Amino acid sequence: MANVSLRKLNIVLGGKPIIRDLDLHVEPGEFLVLLGPSGCGKSTLLHSIAGLVDSASGAIEIGGRDMTDFDPSERGIGMVFQSYALYPTMTVEDNMSFGLRIAGTPKAEIRRRVDRAAAMLQLDALLRRKPAQLSGGQRQRVAIGRALVREAQVFLFDEPLSNLDAKLRAELRRELKLLHQTLGSTMIYVTHDQVEAMTLASRIVVMQGGAIQQIGTPLDVYERPANRFVAGFLGAPAMAFVDGALDAAGRFAADGFDLMPARDACPAAQPAVLGVRPEHVEIRADGALQGDVTLVEPMGNHQVVWLRCGRALLASLVHDARRFAPGERVAFAVDAARVSLFDAQSGNRL
Amino acid sequence: MATRSLTRATPYAALLPMAVVAVLGYLGAGLWTFYLSLTASRTFPSAHVIGLAQYHRLFDNERWMLSLHNLAAYGALFVLASLVIGALLAVFIDQNVTGEGVLRTVFLYPYAMSFVATGLVWQWLLSPGDGIDSAIRALGFDGFRFDWIVSQDHVIYTVVIATVWQASGLVMALMLAGLRGVDPEIWKAARLDGIPAWRVYAQIVLPMLWPTVATVLLLLGTAVAKLYDAVVAMTQGGPGIASEVPAKFIMDHLFLRSNVGLASAGAVVLLVPVLALLAPYAYARSRKEAA
Amino acid sequence: MNPRTIVPPLPPTTAAAHRREAAARRARRRFTPARIGLYVFLLGAALFFLLPLYVMIVTSLKSMDEIRQGGIFALPHALTVEPWRLAWSGVCTGAACAGVRTGFWNSVAITVPSTILPILLGAVNGYALSFWRPRGANVLFGILMAGAFVPVQVMIYPLVRVLALAGIFGSLPAIVLVHLVFGMPVMTLLFRNYYCNVPHELFQAARIDGGGFWRIFAQVMLPMSLPVIVVAAIMQVTGVWNDYILGLVFAGRDNMPMMVQLNNVINTTTGTRQYNVNMAATILTALVPLALYFFSGRWFVRGIAAGAVKG
Repeated sequence: MANVSLRKLNIVLGGKPIIRDLDLHVEPGEFLVLLGPSGCGKSTLLHSIAGLVDSASGAIEIGGRDMTDFDPSERGIGMVFQSYALYPTMTVEDNMSFGLRIAGTPKAEIRRRVDRAAAMLQLDALLRRKPAQLSGGQRQRVAIGRALVREAQVFLFDEPLSNLDAKLRAELRRELKLLHQTLGSTMIYVTHDQVEAMTLASRIVVMQGGAIQQIGTPLDVYERPANRFVAGFLGAPAMAFVDGALDAAGRFAADGFDLMPARDACPAAQPAVLGVRPEHVEIRADGALQGDVTLVEPMGNHQVVWLRCGRALLASLVHDARRFAPGERVAFAVDAARVSLFDAQSGNRL
Repeated sequence: MATRSLTRATPYAALLPMAVVAVLGYLGAGLWTFYLSLTASRTFPSAHVIGLAQYHRLFDNERWMLSLHNLAAYGALFVLASLVIGALLAVFIDQNVTGEGVLRTVFLYPYAMSFVATGLVWQWLLSPGDGIDSAIRALGFDGFRFDWIVSQDHVIYTVVIATVWQASGLVMALMLAGLRGVDPEIWKAARLDGIPAWRVYAQIVLPMLWPTVATVLLLLGTAVAKLYDAVVAMTQGGPGIASEVPAKFIMDHLFLRSNVGLASAGAVVLLVPVLALLAPYAYARSRKEAA
Repeated sequence: MNPRTIVPPLPPTTAAAHRREAAARRARRRFTPARIGLYVFLLGAALFFLLPLYVMIVTSLKSMDEIRQGGIFALPHALTVEPWRLAWSGVCTGAACAGVRTGFWNSVAITVPSTILPILLGAVNGYALSFWRPRGANVLFGILMAGAFVPVQVMIYPLVRVLALAGIFGSLPAIVLVHLVFGMPVMTLLFRNYYCNVPHELFQAARIDGGGFWRIFAQVMLPMSLPVIVVAAIMQVTGVWNDYILGLVFAGRDNMPMMVQLNNVINTTTGTRQYNVNMAATILTALVPLALYFFSGRWFVRGIAAGAVKG
């Protein structure tokens, strides 16, 4: 169980800067998720921690030692790849022990480590099989086993669930979380799926354009997004944004919209963007705001009702069996304590 | 508007040329040759069937037996050398070398040359007194002699040199394509495991490539059976009959020595190793497709 | 904005020492003996492969005197293109002494139809096999593919007899027909593999739109087929131009292709061998496929990867 520190990390690939002056500190034993859209640099960052990609400048520290110029196999890490990258012509047992055999580890030690990993991951019955004879979930466990036998301090995961169908993905996600609870190792996990991030992470690092947008616990990042990008990236259906302005008293006004957000400090009068999540939009007869129903999406255990209010399109989560017709005018209320306000130009949280 | 029956018939009609070529051109011609091998045909086909007599004569024929012996020696060396050289070239080029494009062009251009041109150039290169032989002597190595091409015992090896020169590039191209098809994450996992590059090739990547190797072996093996043009151009089967090969034996007996029956028997015998290579390959392919 | 990114710095000496050691290790990796050995092997191999080409060109530019004196690898002292002129229009093949020029035009006359027809039929075959899949078609395709590996000697005599019976043996139609028969397996394979990678939904959409066999072929599939047509053309032109045995047997004296003529020039002339003229003639003959190869590069390789079998 080790910490990972990145200081002023710069990575350039193919002449283009991918990561600029990045600082990150990963606590020992935590499950850190690097979340972001394709091309945001999260995979590149993970690969540079692994040593598979060289950094232009900056320092990478693992377990308190500067590993910036060290080979991947000397960094005390284990990595699980998107395609699992199991050696197809070798058995599960050989896959797990290959690296140790090359390093000249004594046979008894290899045996001990492989058996321990196999027991922990329930692979005992599968040791003689080849990867082609395993299911997706079993392959993931073998990939993790390969990292386990290295007695790694840090585990890196590069979108291991992306290639799977939805049902399997949910099942393996839960297995991973259980594994982290059992092992307690430091884990750094890359994904573009915000559901994975929310369910697995002890902390989420949201990335865009090679830079960190926000670091925080899942709840932090969800309820107090640092900027418009983060706010829009997490949550489904996504947060609705309303363009308007704040007056001197702190009241937000837009076309057809009027609200007094609850705030500790009063921001100055300025153009602003209001962000509100569907679960904080409640359709009720005594609501202060008015909107027209445009679309209703039944989801089984709830409905998503889309309302047009002025120029804004808001989603509302309705948990009872009320019926709404498109075109119907309804009254709704917004939870003023839970809205987010963003600067109209920079997108940063106010 | 076409009727349904016309729509149904059109694909069959369109494939008629293929059916004719397959059934008559290949199957029919092959069966006819087999029939001819059972007759006493000389210059022209004869209906006089004499059973397996031509085959007996064939295996009593000194020239035919020599051609089989030559083919076996040639075949083993040619396949082994082409495979090893081609694989080494592919592995080395896969190492992110500078000038990779130029190197690939250089290794593959011989494949664009015909067997005849290849044979002619190497005949010139290996001719004693004019070629490499005298050039090495001019460098000071007075005792050096390379007269394999006029030596009865060694002439077949000159054909090996020329055809390996031509075929290695093809093997390299096929193996390189296979190497490039390997999941790059396997390489990353191996780097993480601390496995040196040569071991990754030897114990992980090359074993993964056995379908490519099987294809290469099939192509090389059938090329061995078809060996004709290169021998005609390079040695004309000589000196004497020292570099005779079955394909040339058959051609000579069909058109020059007017013994269609004997030649047809030779053709049928030549078919045996080809079918021996094709059958397991086709079987393995059909099993893979069914899986 | 990020409260937990303040990191305590490492003591400077330890960090610097670590970095220097690992950086030195990385620098050594660039120029290891293994890497140098790699380049030596590759350059050596390149020399072995280029040697014949070099010798061909150099020999063709020397006079016979120079060849008799000097080494095979020496550059020409007195450059002369006379061997080329002789090879093209003066060299004797059999009775005539008109150079390989006639062979060149014969080869052109043979290659053009022997490329167009097999491509056309290969395309139709590949199209029918991929999308329509009539019953028994796969068996026929299997026979064709097996036939491609079988030596030509197994089928050659019956073909001779059939063409003789038809009265066209030794003529241009005969050699074109023979190239069609022996080119069909590879052409069909190329197109079939190509069309198998076209989404089947495209074909189904065209059928729903009312297209029949020929209309879908001509207006949907063929226009999409440019890449495979280029590869097929390169493969077929190279194969037909480089062919010797079929041209020898079926073309007849009037249509003798360049490859047959070349072998006659070099291996059947009596008297002293004109090595320079021979090499010039060889280059002239190999020129078309070599030029095609050097200009098409990537397409050539694609043809090989598509499982094309030569000759």
